[in-house]
Amino acid sequence: MDVIRVGIADLAAAAAPGRIRTAGLGSCVGIVLYDGRHKIGGMAHIMLPDSGQARGDVQAAKFADTAVPELIRRMEALGAHRSRLVAKLAGGAHMFQQVRSEALKIGERNVEAARAALRAHDIPILAEDTGGTLGRTIELDLEDGTLYVRTAQNGEQAL
Amino acid sequence: MRPFSAFELDVLREIGNIGAAHATTSLSKLTGTRVDMSVPVARVLSFAEIGMLIGEETVYAATFLLFDGELKGSIVLLFRPEAAKALLRLLLPGVVDDERPSFTELEWSALQEIGNILAGSYLSALSDLTGLKVSPSVPGVALDMGPSILVYGLLEAGRVSDHAVVIDARLYGSGQSIGGQLFLLPAPDALAALFQALGVQAHGRD
Repeated sequence: MDVIRVGIADLAAAAAPGRIRTAGLGSCVGIVLYDGRHKIGGMAHIMLPDSGQARGDVQAAKFADTAVPELIRRMEALGAHRSRLVAKLAGGAHMFQQVRSEALKIGERNVEAARAALRAHDIPILAEDTGGTLGRTIELDLEDGTLYVRTAQNGEQAL
Repeated sequence: MRPFSAFELDVLREIGNIGAAHATTSLSKLTGTRVDMSVPVARVLSFAEIGMLIGEETVYAATFLLFDGELKGSIVLLFRPEAAKALLRLLLPGVVDDERPSFTELEWSALQEIGNILAGSYLSALSDLTGLKVSPSVPGVALDMGPSILVYGLLEAGRVSDHAVVIDARLYGSGQSIGGQLFLLPAPDALAALFQALGVQAHGRD
């Protein structure tokens, strides 16, 4: 089976059959969109909440607020319908809690920004596995929209 | 981020060389065994490439430390779990439980101290070299996938660029499988400060 890999600050969209996967989400958030009617899915591995904080050129996939519209655009180009899109979220952990730094609490802000971006585009969130202290690897099955979430220490669950 | 000249990358590698050599010496003293290091590499990588560099899902026992002051950035130490156990056996003879894949609280605090000492010697070498003041945070520890760890050192770079400067060296012990990887991830603003402190003219292509 084809597995499309999404790197850090990267995104991809595709139609079934196959899977889309991104590995090692720490404070980053995996935003997953799916159109079940047309079996088209998309995934972004965002690193930061808001492109407004960026200096210089903006790479859409790096920020929650720019990744969502870019994912929608890519999925529509494949034939997905905006009104049918649903979302799942995973990631946004807070690792290294011993380090006292507001900057490292970015995971929570990433999750909030992802929720806000989805709300702004009227996309409902069907499921979430966010927060905590563990990194996650996620894989979307384009056939049925199932999102498999795996951690290094606690195995796999399906969302 | 502007591209760096070959000369500037050489300067960064030399900084990594001096810092990592001090860290290696500390690890050697701490464990009472000989520890060697590879020649460090300094490069500019995209975030996706950084993920690939350490294996997308490879699990590491890691220490992570932020530094602040006249230079900003982070130092990350990655050990494969079995290598971390081997290291801990040298430090805490008779206490380390090899059968357990997880780490006890005592083992974690020993790893945290290893991170503290290695990063501390790296940074004091950096500080001596540049005359710049650097203050390290308490180190954090985690057992997790490589990219999820390293990304914490890339957040500053992420705000200004799609690439980051990565200076890394491998550490390995003779006869003991205590190998690890030591990363210096300078924040983007720190690079200009480093070059200025060392009298390197910016003759990169802007």
